[in-house]
Amino acid sequence: MAREFRLGGAPHLPAATSVRTVMGKVLLALLPGVALSTAWHGPGVLLQAALACAFALLLEAAMLRLRGRPLRPFLGDLSAPLTAVLFALCLPPWAPWWIAAVGMVAAIVFAKHLYGGLGYNLFNPAMVGYALVLVAFTRELSGWPPLDAPIPPGALLDGVFGGGVPWDAMAQATPLDTLRDQLGQGRTVAEAQAGDDGRSAWLALAWTLGGLWLLQQRVIHWHVPVGVLAGVLAVALPLWLYDTGRHASPWFHLTHGALALGAFFIATDPVSGAATPRGRLLFGAGVGAMTVLVRTFGAYPDGVAFGVLLMNACAPLLDRWLKPRPFGHAR
Amino acid sequence: MSEMSARTIVRDGLWSNNTGLVALLGLCPLLAVSNSAINALGLGVATVLVLTLTNVAISLLRRFASDDMRIPAYVVVIAATVTCVELAMNAWLHEMYRVLGIFIPLIVTNCAVMGRAEAFAARNTPARAALDGFAVGCGFLAVLFAIGCVREVVGRGTLFHGAANLLGPWAAALETTVIADYRGFLPAVLPLGAFIVLALLIAGKNALDARARNRAAPPREATA
Repeated sequence: MAREFRLGGAPHLPAATSVRTVMGKVLLALLPGVALSTAWHGPGVLLQAALACAFALLLEAAMLRLRGRPLRPFLGDLSAPLTAVLFALCLPPWAPWWIAAVGMVAAIVFAKHLYGGLGYNLFNPAMVGYALVLVAFTRELSGWPPLDAPIPPGALLDGVFGGGVPWDAMAQATPLDTLRDQLGQGRTVAEAQAGDDGRSAWLALAWTLGGLWLLQQRVIHWHVPVGVLAGVLAVALPLWLYDTGRHASPWFHLTHGALALGAFFIATDPVSGAATPRGRLLFGAGVGAMTVLVRTFGAYPDGVAFGVLLMNACAPLLDRWLKPRPFGHAR
Repeated sequence: MSEMSARTIVRDGLWSNNTGLVALLGLCPLLAVSNSAINALGLGVATVLVLTLTNVAISLLRRFASDDMRIPAYVVVIAATVTCVELAMNAWLHEMYRVLGIFIPLIVTNCAVMGRAEAFAARNTPARAALDGFAVGCGFLAVLFAIGCVREVVGRGTLFHGAANLLGPWAAALETTVIADYRGFLPAVLPLGAFIVLALLIAGKNALDARARNRAAPPREATA
């Protein structure tokens, strides 16, 4: 608390933070991860992001018009493109175009504008959109192209706009899917991970780099990512120590799936997350714990979206419970 | 106490005080059984029947049941009526009975039934109570059926699937496939879909009411 408080002479410059700069910085911080993802999966990653952005802006404009709000400030604040990009990063690069359309309707129309628009949404719009399409189109979302054989552009366009790609023939299960299937067949974790070269740790590292830059820029608070890390360790470590053959290591959980992306970019959403420091820590811990629980015991391979949505619902309660007490006030 | 006109009773039950859209009573069956049009129709008709019968019975009882004993008395009457309807459905609409399962006995817990008993039947003549029960039941049926149709079309791409179970073999012709080669949209069939469709229906009703109010009372500049 002994931070030095320096005050220079007038004139004081107000900090130039606006919704637009914050959202722009988050988008910039996504670049390392997006670049690596594009290098691995081909231009489909960018195509999905562009598609989702187009739908998001279109729906945002339509909803603003319906609600009688000015178009220009809200369309330019980059919040809809950020939602769209976070959503699109969860999709396989050859997902058909209507998945982005359905997801964006759920995210922008239902989760954002029907709750009152930017700053009023109770749930993270990108995750609402993703959870909905995941439940509705599980099959389309589960097949990812193999990393070492990029999809030819013609096949990509056919898959996204024509629905002509023989998915099942080309698709490869993600490490999380493989683990779930193999464990279900009674194999051990070591056997299930035999074909996994651990490459996805690099992607987690790329998200972490972007996240650290956001921390340095003071766009996000350290409490949420640290909370996620603690939550993952709290659930995954005891399970792993209990039986290393049946449960994946905490390192596997941290470096696979959407966990790093979620910890730095999704759970840190200032609107739908907790607003008090201790609340943020618990919020992050809930997301991390829930993710591992869903991966281990749930019906879906990854659980970041469900963890975030569940903790979104808890965030107002956490804030009420952990409200900082002003000095001298009675409890 | 001023008597409500028959017209008001019907309008309240069907629209202005609709159990599903305004009073929001009986949401459990409304959300649970509206996953297809035929399920909704089956439970809706059973509810209309139960509401009309219980309202009449409770109206007849209203002079004998003391204030202290009235709620237990209503519960006994409602539970007995629902059991009769359940047994009747088991006998004559057995396939439907198997589909609706637990939700038929659960009509007992539909707060709309208890609500009408306490709010209307306990202080009105049997004829009026019957009309009220029928109107409120029909309002509930309409909402249930509307949600059922939307959820079935969006979720499965069909309409009136299973009609033959409820209405007899002739109704097999009613079963239509609205969207061919539809792969299904699971969220609409899950309870989530029921909440969203119900919310949209309530919003639609509120918008219609607001428009009617604006038309009845034109903006102030015009009258001043």
